[in-house]
Amino acid sequence: MSTLNSKIPEGPLAEKWSNYKEHAKLVNPANKRKLEVIVVGTGLAGAAAAASLAELGYSVKAFCFQDSPRRAHSIAAQGGINAAKNYKNDGDSVFRLFYDTIKGGDFRAREGNVYRLADVSRNIIDQCVAQGVPFARDYGGLLDNRSFGGSQVSRTFYARGQTGQQLLLGAYGALERQIGLGNVQMYSRHEMVEVVTIEGKARGIIARNLITGELERYFGHAVLLCTGGYGNVFFLSTNAMGSNATAVWKAHKKGAYFGNPCFTQIHPTCIPVTGDYQSKLTLMSESLRNDGRVWVPKSKEDAKAIREGKKTAADIKEDDRDYYLERKYPSFGNLCPRDIASRAAKEACDDGRGIVPSGLGVFLDFADSIKRLGIDVVKARYGELFPMYQNITNEDPLKTPMKIYPAVHYTMGGLWVDYELMTTVPGLYCLGEANFSDHGANRLGASALMQGLADGYFVIPYTVGNYLSTEIFVKPIPTDHPAFVEAENDAKERAEKLINTKGKKTVDDFHKELGKIMWEKCGMARTAEGLTEARKQLQQLRKEFWSDVNVPGTLNEFNPEFDKASRVADFLELGELMVIDALNRNESCGGHFREEYQEGGEAKRDDENYRYVAAWEFKGVEADPVLHKEELVFENIQLQVRSYK
Amino acid sequence: MKYNLKVWRQKNSKSEGKLVDYTIDSINPDMSFLEMLDVLNDNLVRKGEDPIAFDHDCREGICGMCSLHISGRAHGPQHAATTCQLYMRSFKDGGTIYIEPWRAKSFPVIKDLVTDRSAFDRIIAAGGFVSVNTGQAQDANNLPIEQAHAEKAMDAAACIGCGACVAACPNSAAMLFVSAKISQLALLPQGGPERNIRAINMVNQMDAEGFGNCTNIGACEAECPKEIKLTNIARMNREYLLASLINE
Ligand SMILES: Cc1cc2nc3c(=O)[nH]c(=O)nc-3n(C[C@H](O)[C@H](O)[C@H](O)COP(=O)(O)OP(=O)(O)OC[C@H]3O[C@@H](n4cnc5c(N)ncnc54)[C@H](O)[C@@H]3O)c2cc1C
Ligand code: SF4
Ligand code: FES
Repeated sequence: MSTLNSKIPEGPLAEKWSNYKEHAKLVNPANKRKLEVIVVGTGLAGAAAAASLAELGYSVKAFCFQDSPRRAHSIAAQGGINAAKNYKNDGDSVFRLFYDTIKGGDFRAREGNVYRLADVSRNIIDQCVAQGVPFARDYGGLLDNRSFGGSQVSRTFYARGQTGQQLLLGAYGALERQIGLGNVQMYSRHEMVEVVTIEGKARGIIARNLITGELERYFGHAVLLCTGGYGNVFFLSTNAMGSNATAVWKAHKKGAYFGNPCFTQIHPTCIPVTGDYQSKLTLMSESLRNDGRVWVPKSKEDAKAIREGKKTAADIKEDDRDYYLERKYPSFGNLCPRDIASRAAKEACDDGRGIVPSGLGVFLDFADSIKRLGIDVVKARYGELFPMYQNITNEDPLKTPMKIYPAVHYTMGGLWVDYELMTTVPGLYCLGEANFSDHGANRLGASALMQGLADGYFVIPYTVGNYLSTEIFVKPIPTDHPAFVEAENDAKERAEKLINTKGKKTVDDFHKELGKIMWEKCGMARTAEGLTEARKQLQQLRKEFWSDVNVPGTLNEFNPEFDKASRVADFLELGELMVIDALNRNESCGGHFREEYQEGGEAKRDDENYRYVAAWEFKGVEADPVLHKEELVFENIQLQVRSYK
Repeated sequence: MKYNLKVWRQKNSKSEGKLVDYTIDSINPDMSFLEMLDVLNDNLVRKGEDPIAFDHDCREGICGMCSLHISGRAHGPQHAATTCQLYMRSFKDGGTIYIEPWRAKSFPVIKDLVTDRSAFDRIIAAGGFVSVNTGQAQDANNLPIEQAHAEKAMDAAACIGCGACVAACPNSAAMLFVSAKISQLALLPQGGPERNIRAINMVNQMDAEGFGNCTNIGACEAECPKEIKLTNIARMNREYLLASLINE
């Protein structure tokens, strides 16, 4: 069995990565061509990895479930990407970005990894600019930056409100170039449904061709999973409809440990839920909190009147408003971190002061900024966001405050990986949002794009070489090997069981039910009691799913309902692991808030007992997983209470 | 609200398709168009019928996956919006709505409303990039770029690759899409060294994929959800012409 060795290189923090690179084993160019690498997922992490590895000469196969690699969920990121360039001369540095990321993550991330991330962040911007990514520029023609998510320096690079799109299109261009050169075989509309392991090493995947429904076998000397986050466990989230956990979950079942599954990020500024037909939630960029003030009425009566349409925001006098973030966190105010802002909104609404009919919504008010800056400045700052909000809600935020509420946005948890981004299965790697590595218990704004591209462009090309150098004598394994046959059979059996159940409830019925349990009991606030109950409910729901789900159509055709069912089946199992992890972690940290562990309403971390990464080993769907702990060592940062008061 | 829907149903790329009638009621005006289709599909599944296949993913107007021809308009009646950004309040209660896939020879139907747009990827693979390997870049600020140029490049780079321009064009031309990428890179110094070869290769690939010619109708610009401008096509033609002269 594999042991948890994070493989952090020796030496002082700032030299670990260069030490590693200087000593990593290399593969000679003639051998690279003979080595095949499978990259599952072509978002920022996957596209960057596939392109970079192909440039080095490896023979790459890349997979995505959309019709084109250009559509990965990374495309939706709005705000920006961090990098410690210090172009503003405002005191930023690699160490400061490292420090902010560890602190923001509530001291639950690995120092070595995070320092490397901060370090290579600078190369990312250089690379993207060279590709022609049209970042915003100042009048002198140099790159512009903004401050984001409450950081005290301006280190966020952006391309209007479409940073993710532009970065992804840059990586997609690099990938398409390699496809054109014949170095990458691209398989779009393909969904990975199994990892194939031979003698303990990852050797390939089984993928479902989503057009024909056929199961196909692919060999690789190494397999990289870059498949994004699992926020859709909650049914409603800001993730794209297709975002799923299938690849990582299948890997988990084949021996890859799952790290900190309960660490999820709930973003404070999303458009509130309005009806049960709703399919997803829309994020309103965090940048709005730079100029918007969050409030609810002081009195429950006023709130009720607003909910019932008898009063509007304008009827509530200044003195009768509770700008609760400014009240509770005077030094950061409306700019406090995401987890804190989200929890505060929940508290206000739980107190009966929510302002939308469901009771779950608060105001984000621009009136003061408009008074101070003038309507034109405010309009220019939030150019695309206001019309977007108005289009969705039919209300003009320049005239009446926005209504917002927290929603599931990002998953810090993911497959456990070591410093080389390798999971506990040799030859199986995990990059981007899909791994657990760099954000601890809470991710800072504009850091996910940075991590995805760091992993793909600048980390994996070195670390995968270190492994593949030992694989050069392994000839491609023919896919009629029994391990491939068996993995395909497993996938086939499962698929047949799903399609033949022909029960009475739809896939969405189950997904919504799952989402409700997770949101209520494993969402913004968790208790031992609620989690224990949730676990039972999930087990029950899973049983019901396998006996009563109705998946229309057949297996040998284009069948999106089947694809969805197969993803929900995996969410139902992952949901339980999230609950188990949340129950195990008897502390509050970052996005994980256990009501039992608080002090004066603020999260209470327990460094003595929980300063570790929880890495879970799969033992069977109905069996308890086994916990392995990776102790977190802080040599360069002093642990402290994360205060934003 | 209630609607009569006429939806294109086609089992797969080989079979014939036809418009099928559905009625749907209790639709909330604040529902998005795709949520309306979700509700319809939910009804169909409960009745044991085959749900309607349609492409979608981000549902916020950025991934370019959604792609419906709605009552004769690519992405429906609303200006500068994708199908996923349409709300039912834009449709008259009791009205009839036609829902069809993108119609173009180079975008064959896969099933119902889903088409194969991989031709776009192949055009990008022919030259829609800057050839710079990972790690070869200099410091980003060593290359100042005039703000106005950067902004114009960004305007063109906003294309989401949805294919509405092709679907809207009577000639099924892909000029707006191709010119957006060529323009973005022609406006930036990074695109300079490959400027000529890019224009030639991308245009050749576009022709090889069977897209039609531009006859200056402008339907692409009118239907483009990201307001990509026709001036990009003019720029592309100029780039192509110059490149051809140099290649002589
Ligand atoms: C609305 C929104 C706004 C955001 N804004 C920001 C921001 O401003 N700054 C920031 O830093 N971060 C932001 N984030 C977070 C950030 O966008 C993501 O964390 C990041 O882009 C994830 O990249 P990725 O490459 O790991 O995965 P993704 O981009 O999600 O890509 C996943 C890939 O895996 C493929 N895939 C998945 N499962 C399978 C399977 N089984 N088989 C085959 N292929 C599969 C998909 O097809 C896709 O290609 C935002 C997120 C959201 C939801
Ligand atoms: S040019 Fe416009 S219509 Fe054409 S693909 Fe791009 S975004 Fe879509
Ligand atoms: S679903 Fe992404 S643009 Fe419409």
